[in-house]
Amino acid sequence: MSEPELKRTPLHGAHLAAGARMAGFAGYDMPIQYPDGVMKEHAWTRTSAGLFDVSHMGQARLAGEGWAAAFEAVTPGDFAALKPGRQKYSVLLNDEGGILDDLMAARPDGEGLFIVVNGACKDEDFRFLEARLPAGVRLTRLEDRALFALQGPQAAAVLAAHVPGFVDMAFMDSSAITGFGGVDLIVSRSGYTGEDGFEISLPAAEAARAWDLLLADDRVRPIGLGARDSLRLEAGLPLYGHDVDPSVSPVEADLSFAISPSRRRRGDFPGAARILGELSSAPSRARIALKVLEGAPAREGAVIVDGAGVEAGVVTSGGFSPTLGHPIAIGFAPPALCAPGRRLGVVVRGRTWPVETVALPFVPHRYVRRP
Amino acid sequence: MRFTKDHEWVALDGDIATVGITAYAAEQLGDVVYVETPEPGRALKAGEGMAVVESVKAASDVYAPLSGEVVEANPGLAGAPETVNAEPESGGWFARVRIADRAEYDALMDRAAYDAFLETL
Repeated sequence: MSEPELKRTPLHGAHLAAGARMAGFAGYDMPIQYPDGVMKEHAWTRTSAGLFDVSHMGQARLAGEGWAAAFEAVTPGDFAALKPGRQKYSVLLNDEGGILDDLMAARPDGEGLFIVVNGACKDEDFRFLEARLPAGVRLTRLEDRALFALQGPQAAAVLAAHVPGFVDMAFMDSSAITGFGGVDLIVSRSGYTGEDGFEISLPAAEAARAWDLLLADDRVRPIGLGARDSLRLEAGLPLYGHDVDPSVSPVEADLSFAISPSRRRRGDFPGAARILGELSSAPSRARIALKVLEGAPAREGAVIVDGAGVEAGVVTSGGFSPTLGHPIAIGFAPPALCAPGRRLGVVVRGRTWPVETVALPFVPHRYVRRP
Repeated sequence: MRFTKDHEWVALDGDIATVGITAYAAEQLGDVVYVETPEPGRALKAGEGMAVVESVKAASDVYAPLSGEVVEANPGLAGAPETVNAEPESGGWFARVRIADRAEYDALMDRAAYDAFLETL
């Protein structure tokens, strides 16, 4: 089943032993679902704690004199002001203000940035960054580290047994601490599900042992990429390569929060003319969120039509929401159509089904901002 | 009951064939959340798409195992698509078809042949 050229994470053997259904994703042989299946895995993450192997993602450190200015040259965030212990969501921008990738950049310690980018783009991202670094700033890829996400209302209680140092961390805090018996970790209180939870970077050599320790807790079950996708869609979080691509600006993608106020004033990021223009007068397309009222799930590529049946937009991610019990979708449409409460349609296999525009997220976030 | 390599099953009663997807197919799909069944009266040709079954993650075509006219679609699947997972080879049937050619049915795999086919996957 698995293609031989696919890479493996340090947890590959554990996934096979657990009976996971594997498939290629971002060049890695990854678990799509375990025997529980997507619906149960999804619900488990929303009610207890789900453990995800996301070691396919790209991890790197950016350090050396001038690292903040170097990173700000390709992102719209204020990284000079990012305090040690904090993490920031950002985007890599091309010269047209389009998004090359989205990422997390954190200051777990005093040593510049810890960066996590999408697995499918990591080689291009790191080459792009390296080509633009001034002398004295260096990017170090952390290919010998695994990455877990532990997500759900029980995640903090579970992690406390293994990583006692995290207790003061709030949402989007990041810390270089030890856990699992002296293993060096980079832990952030963040994730891709809308739940409270943690992303844990650790040495690949320790990954299988730590994975088993976490799964030994009855509150924890392994969760595949299938449920990761349905969870992030309910949380209204974009998936790179589907909801966001190099033609899409942060404003169009509803990611304007990633453009720091100080950077807006300075207007010194790639594509600033376009992006500042879209911020002051609406962009030509905007993020739309749809509740499918009846009929088939509207998936990527489905056409959105207005009340008169005229093509008005396109679905970029869609599927069934296990939490809500009906299909949901996000896409692009003219800003005037995106306000919540509007009746539109989606065309699936030639048939138009009724949808209603709603506000994001579909399922409320439950981040812990004050531990 | 007879079977196809696309994992549909057919049960024949007189000239009425009841069609569904096999337990193997249902297990491979995972949690079924939506089924699009064919309209009664539709003329089917063997091998053409007759229904769509959707899991949380993806949509999959279901092919007509034999030719004929759709006489009934399973009315229970609209409200309870999970029946396809719970009872794939009984209550989770998709459609009843008045078949045109009994030879098409006879040419399909029997249970032993289908089980042997599954062993090769």
